[in-house]
Amino acid sequence: MDNLIALLVAAPLLGAAVLLCGGRRLDAVGHWIGTALAASSFVIGVVLFADMLGKNAEHRTLTQFLYSWIPVGGFQADVAFQLDQLSMTFVLLITGVGSLIHVYSIGYMEHDERRRRFFGYLNLFLAAMLLLVLADNYLLLYVGWEGVGLASYLLIGFWQHKPSAATAAKKAFLVNRVGDMGLSIAIMLMFTTFGTFTFGPVFEAAGGASEGKLTAIALMLLLAACGKSAQVPLQSWLGDAMEGPTPVSALIHAATMVTAGVYLIVRSADIFNAAPDAQLVVTVVGAVTLLFGAIVGCAKDDIKKALAGSTMSQIGYMILAAGLGPIGYVFAIMHLVTHGFFKAGLFLGAGSVMHGMNDEVDMRKYGGLRTYMPITFVTFGLGYLAIIGFPGLSGFFSKDKIIEAAFAKGGTEGWILGGVALLGAAITAFYMTRVMLMTFFGEKRWQPDENGHEPHPHESPKVMTIPMIVLAFGSVFAGGFFSIGDRFLNWLEPVTGHSHGNPPVSALTVTLSTMVVLVIGVAAAYAQYGRRPVPVVAPRGSLLTRAARRDLLQDDFNHVVLVRGGEHLTRSLVYVDHTLVDGVVNGTAASMGGLSGRLRKLQNGYARSYAVSMFGGAAILIAATLLMRAV
Amino acid sequence: MSASAVHSLWTTAADPISKIEAPKIEYAQLSPTLIVIGAAIVGILVEAFVPRKSRYYVQMFVSVVALAAAFAAVVGLATRGYGTTKAGIAAMGAIAVDGPALFLQGTILLAGLVGLFTFAERRLDPEAHGNRVDSFAAQAASVPGSDSEKAAVRAGFTTTEVFPLLLFAISGMLVFPSANDLLTLFVALEVFSLPLYLLCALARRKRLLSQEAAVKYFLLGAFASAFTLFGIALLYGYAGSVSYGTIAQVVDGTVKNVDPALADTMGNDVLLLIGAAMIVMGLLFKVGAVPFHMWTPDVYQGAPTPVTGFMAAATKVAAFGALLRLLYVVLPGLRWDWRPVMMGVAVVTMLGGAVVAITQTDIKRLLAYSSIAHAGFILAGVIAMTPDGVSSVLFYLGAYSFVTIGAFAVVTLVRDAGGEATHLSKWAGLGRRSPLVAAVFAVFLLAFAGIPLTSGFAGKFAVFKAAAEGGAGALVVVGVISSAIAAFFYIRVIVLMFFSEPRPDGPTVAVPSPLTMTAIGVGVAVTLVLGVAPQYFLDLANQAGVFVR
Repeated sequence: MDNLIALLVAAPLLGAAVLLCGGRRLDAVGHWIGTALAASSFVIGVVLFADMLGKNAEHRTLTQFLYSWIPVGGFQADVAFQLDQLSMTFVLLITGVGSLIHVYSIGYMEHDERRRRFFGYLNLFLAAMLLLVLADNYLLLYVGWEGVGLASYLLIGFWQHKPSAATAAKKAFLVNRVGDMGLSIAIMLMFTTFGTFTFGPVFEAAGGASEGKLTAIALMLLLAACGKSAQVPLQSWLGDAMEGPTPVSALIHAATMVTAGVYLIVRSADIFNAAPDAQLVVTVVGAVTLLFGAIVGCAKDDIKKALAGSTMSQIGYMILAAGLGPIGYVFAIMHLVTHGFFKAGLFLGAGSVMHGMNDEVDMRKYGGLRTYMPITFVTFGLGYLAIIGFPGLSGFFSKDKIIEAAFAKGGTEGWILGGVALLGAAITAFYMTRVMLMTFFGEKRWQPDENGHEPHPHESPKVMTIPMIVLAFGSVFAGGFFSIGDRFLNWLEPVTGHSHGNPPVSALTVTLSTMVVLVIGVAAAYAQYGRRPVPVVAPRGSLLTRAARRDLLQDDFNHVVLVRGGEHLTRSLVYVDHTLVDGVVNGTAASMGGLSGRLRKLQNGYARSYAVSMFGGAAILIAATLLMRAV
Repeated sequence: MSASAVHSLWTTAADPISKIEAPKIEYAQLSPTLIVIGAAIVGILVEAFVPRKSRYYVQMFVSVVALAAAFAAVVGLATRGYGTTKAGIAAMGAIAVDGPALFLQGTILLAGLVGLFTFAERRLDPEAHGNRVDSFAAQAASVPGSDSEKAAVRAGFTTTEVFPLLLFAISGMLVFPSANDLLTLFVALEVFSLPLYLLCALARRKRLLSQEAAVKYFLLGAFASAFTLFGIALLYGYAGSVSYGTIAQVVDGTVKNVDPALADTMGNDVLLLIGAAMIVMGLLFKVGAVPFHMWTPDVYQGAPTPVTGFMAAATKVAAFGALLRLLYVVLPGLRWDWRPVMMGVAVVTMLGGAVVAITQTDIKRLLAYSSIAHAGFILAGVIAMTPDGVSSVLFYLGAYSFVTIGAFAVVTLVRDAGGEATHLSKWAGLGRRSPLVAAVFAVFLLAFAGIPLTSGFAGKFAVFKAAAEGGAGALVVVGVISSAIAAFFYIRVIVLMFFSEPRPDGPTVAVPSPLTMTAIGVGVAVTLVLGVAPQYFLDLANQAGVFVR
């Protein structure tokens, strides 16, 4: 069984290699190859999962050593895999949702000339993401981390003929570099602190290291997580990343890659547990982001950007939970999995709507689509109910647990974090209801485009609707399946540990309050968008609305602080370089040249003066030799 | 000297003749040198008896065969263990046959062979009255600009004597690093110096400059030889012997009375120190170390370029070989006296060569100053006084000699109406006109500068490492600084070749015969092989790094 782990990564990697190197010959069958290899990876994952279920909790961790990667003295890096319950969860999510999205893409990308390349990139992403979650050391994880960054870059900019897509890809790449620096610094710190970066030894040694060092490592890991998971302050790339094809948004920028930061923190639980200050920062980041994303989501008219804000916000929940320590780890991952289902489903639904609406993304030009696309409406609707936490659906179980855990943190912190999480739930209900109402209810608001083509909304083909239906099943039942009898908790606890904390209020109270804020959120949205007609042209809106439309001025902030600041910094550095550094260098060079010119005059061409210099040299040589003896 | 000592000298000299034994000569171990000397003598006979038309080909044949055979003999000796286990002293104590000797002899022979190819090049100079000519004067004895010179040119004369002269010089160089007594050392010094003086005077173009260079070289060389000879006399006075082994023992104090006739002077350390300094000075003159370097630029510039290339490479190998043996075999007991002094010499040599090179405008003078700086780098390895020091110097010499011959061979290609265009301004934009030649020259320059993946880097790294481990860290610092200074003018030439506009009246690049191409090709190949995969040769130099005593 151990030997199967490498196959998980190898199958999509093979697909990427074949599809990207195969050339035009494979254009006709490329998407089938890609889908088959993704699905085979999923099958292997299921086989390994079945095998794992058959074992005791203590014996479930599998390892596979492939080869020694960089053996240099005390620096040992191996290509080795570790499959435990946490990785297993991710493997199933990545390959499962990944395979569904491969199938969906067959339909969605049908008319794209570069469909083979698209599937090659998708396979590359799967391989890198699996490497990320299967690595048994941080250095190999880093390879996967960079690999998913590359795949994300390639896929955001897949329609590179659009300048906006190319810019968005570059933005995502650059912002992610900041986070990647954090990860590489964390790995370096680990190596200097522990002498290794293999998971097992690092976690064993984590207890013995000084808290200062652990906090530094943990904060660097958090920086990495912020980059990859679009958390404040590195959140700015996610909205623009929606320029990529919608299946990409569903797979990479909703269900899997953006959750890598959560994986990183939960995987490094032993480090974070020993660094409470860093944990506090993690919860703050999560809390801020969950509000930030939710507020942005309320103001966006672009359906994908509204969902992107929502993604950011939901990952904020997960990061918040991960920051709570053992109280929250399991729920962070559980919410991650259920979110993977319903958010992927929502994105696929959005893609299906766009597919039927000539790629229109502005929700103000939708309206009343429920009759035109019934399957999309139902699956999207189930996803909607799941995300707002409608009782009995997936989101209800997982989000509720996180809110409970936030209160259970205890003290003032617990109250603040719990309150923020509760507020977030209300806003979530508001903006998701807004999306739902603007898209599927009300009057139809679409108009002919400038060429006179009026959209003819229609249901998408089966190859697209079936994955949506499957994901809708997940959105409805996954949460309940996980929670009843604490299945998920028991499954993951051996890896992450768990504690109940000390909840100041009962679980029932929390659930009821959640229900109350849910109703308030939905009602507010209905009052705004259900009872009144939605204007086709967006009204000017309040100051907050306008700021939220501009992503709460994130880009303006970055521009003023980072771009301008960076420009000033480089300008002053260039000035210093020109005057001081070049001055020293040129001065040295000039003085050398002057010296050279003067010495050169000694070479006057007369043999007699050469002989004198030799004689003088010999005299000095002899005198010096004698002097050496004398002293 | 007291009266009794004089008497004793007389009586020693008057000992019965019956005591003289026939010298025992190990011909096999001396075969490399003997082959080359023999071929040189054959070359003289060829000049005397073979018709002028066919001399060039006969001389070429003799020289190539001799050098190849001698190299084969060196390899044969080395593979039979004469460099390691069977190393010993031959010819009645006059010649050492050991690792360093064989390594350096092999290097000199290969360099000589490659140099020979550049000597024999006959396609570069335009044909004189229908005769192909080489870089050497039509008739050396004719006064420049005179009628007899014109007559000689018209007749299509060439100076084929350069081949035996080259062989004589090589034979002297073969003996120089293996000499095991001071007299053999001196004889070898003169044997290789005199042919070189002559060769320097033989340029076909700019003959006055060439002759001036030869006279300067000869005068200063004679001056330096006088110092050496005086030093030898003083050392004999100190030790009572000219044999390296005996002198070393006297220095160590293990042997007291070698010769009762010299009882008064023996063991007088002042004689030892002054004598040693003077001999070392003669050797430093040959390697071109500051302040005995002044001849180098003038001679390198004036001499025919093939001679310059050969001389720059092989003389350095031979002279550093002799210096190594002198310091490691004869004077190790004196190291606390000579090491600081040599360090001073190395420092001023490295810095002086590099600094003065900056303002040079003639490519041959530039390379001359570069060779001075390199002499300083090699001295750093010599001063290490460790086995690694020896092997690093051996490696450096091997790497350096082929780069040098190749670089000067490239210089012979760049020509205008006046012959070789050696002024740097004429090299502007060469990379646009002849990218291949410019690229090859750039490779050599990078090797001189010691850029990684060239032999220059491997060599410099080896000597600096040896110096640092031998306790001469300060020297390494100076070495690195002067390398940085030196890199400036090497890179400047590259910039000039590739990033400047070509001049309308710029030189043309002549297409050479396969001979020069081989010389340049070997240079590039050695530069890259020793740069990319130096380990085999470093190991070889390591094995060869032990002197026999």
